[in-house]
Amino acid sequence: MADTDRRKGLTAYLLMAPAVLVLALFFVIPFYSLVAASLYEPGGSDKEGWEMTYHVGNYVDAVQDYWEPLWHAIAYSAAATLICLVLGYVLAYAIAFKSGRWKSLLLVLVIAPFFTSFLVRTLSWQLILADDGWIVDTFQFLHLLGDDGRLLGTHFAVVMGLAYNFLPFMVLPLFASIDKIDHRLIEASGDLYSNPVVGFFKVTWPLSLPGVVSGTLLTFIPAAGDYINAELLGSTETNVIGNVIQLQATDAGHPNTAAALSMILMVGILVMVLVYIRKAGTEELL
Amino acid sequence: MAWLKERAVLVLGLAVLVYMFVPIFVVVLMSFNDPSTRNVYRFDGFTLDNWLNPCDDPAMCDSLGLSIRIGFLATAVATIIGTMAAFALVRWDFFGRSSSNVLIFLPMAAPEIVMGSSLLTLFVQGGFAGQLGFWTIFIAHVMFCLSFVVVTVRSRLAGMNDTLEQAASDLYATPSQTFWRVTFPLVLPGILGAALLSFSLSFDDFIITNLNSGSDVTFPMYVWGVARVGLPMQVNVVGTLMLVISLTIVLVGEVNSRRRAKALATR
Repeated sequence: MADTDRRKGLTAYLLMAPAVLVLALFFVIPFYSLVAASLYEPGGSDKEGWEMTYHVGNYVDAVQDYWEPLWHAIAYSAAATLICLVLGYVLAYAIAFKSGRWKSLLLVLVIAPFFTSFLVRTLSWQLILADDGWIVDTFQFLHLLGDDGRLLGTHFAVVMGLAYNFLPFMVLPLFASIDKIDHRLIEASGDLYSNPVVGFFKVTWPLSLPGVVSGTLLTFIPAAGDYINAELLGSTETNVIGNVIQLQATDAGHPNTAAALSMILMVGILVMVLVYIRKAGTEELL
Repeated sequence: MAWLKERAVLVLGLAVLVYMFVPIFVVVLMSFNDPSTRNVYRFDGFTLDNWLNPCDDPAMCDSLGLSIRIGFLATAVATIIGTMAAFALVRWDFFGRSSSNVLIFLPMAAPEIVMGSSLLTLFVQGGFAGQLGFWTIFIAHVMFCLSFVVVTVRSRLAGMNDTLEQAASDLYATPSQTFWRVTFPLVLPGILGAALLSFSLSFDDFIITNLNSGSDVTFPMYVWGVARVGLPMQVNVVGTLMLVISLTIVLVGEVNSRRRAKALATR
């Protein structure tokens, strides 16, 4: 519907009010609480109360103590996003261009695995990658792993778990973009003697960029905050920031450290996203 | 060879799809597992016991009950207020429309751990630290499901042209008749899709819930808790059931809309 067709009137405010109220109270205001908590004097507690001293030192301490989980979270998430992009692109391309009348069925199948619980799925990987499982046995047989080598508890397992769990977030936006591409443009590039690989990088890939950008963001952002994969598939060596925040946020920990870390993660992601969108040249997305 | 070259992309795509189903296959298989000990987690023998006694561990069924109750309640509320907002955003022009769109978008772009910890901070600062439980989980779930409902219904509404509604009002239908007999049935598939999405998001959420649940235990939290001490096989029964139920709903919806499209085309 064109802009000019939109009705005017107070009804719109009545329709919007409940949603805006919920998001203001439980999404926007909590951020204010979070900023406040990240600046409290570290000595307080939930029982005795907190003193607001604009203690920026919380941030310094948080980074000093937890730079490793922070770095892990970003690195795992970036690696998983890259894997998702490759796997997701192949799948989305196949569904959009090669599946014919099976298109909608295949799309349902893409989402289907994700109707089983996230945790149950991840635990299922724990079983598949287990030390006495056939994957480890095969890898050892092929000498890809040493005799006492393992997959579970490694960086690889965590990245693989993340890539697996967030794959549909990549496939669906990619599919939406690739499905819209006019096939005649790709044929035209072939008619003009471009080989299929050049044709792909000069025609298909640029036209699918909006899907690539939204897919990578939808994968990277939740993966950076996730700690389920790092906990269930990793080891103490693979601690991520999400887990630190979770542990510090509860009464036993230091809520202001948790708040400072949440802010760092949030702002860090925001900055990366903005730089990335600028680089990808698709600012109209936001 | 030529055959394979022609279909290389399709074959690779299907391989990715198979990869997506590998853990699901394990979940379904394990739901029929007869484990020799609780700590060793591998397929030892076939049994129907897990399916016949799903509540072998009552704590699991309690957590399942809590997740279902919260799922339904949060879905109902989020779907109603989200649908209202979607109508306002697509059909009305009002001051603050584009900032409302941004507000709706933000929760989908924020990492869960940040939303969860900030909500917990609010609850603690507001003096509700002792009351964490059902209602704080409910509030959190409505909050993060809402945006997904708005986006789903909004895209359904935006993709609809208004010729049928204009026809109804040309034929002297009152605005409320037009809405309930024409507009609403047309948007309904979008609303139902949004509700299904919302329920599965709520049912499956762990990170936000874990921070705001106090001593209450939802199903994902139960799984998290027992993951270390050894998982009862019934967890896989629940995983399989979730898959079967939601696939059935999706496929019935798909078949229905195809049938309706066919009926319209042959009329």
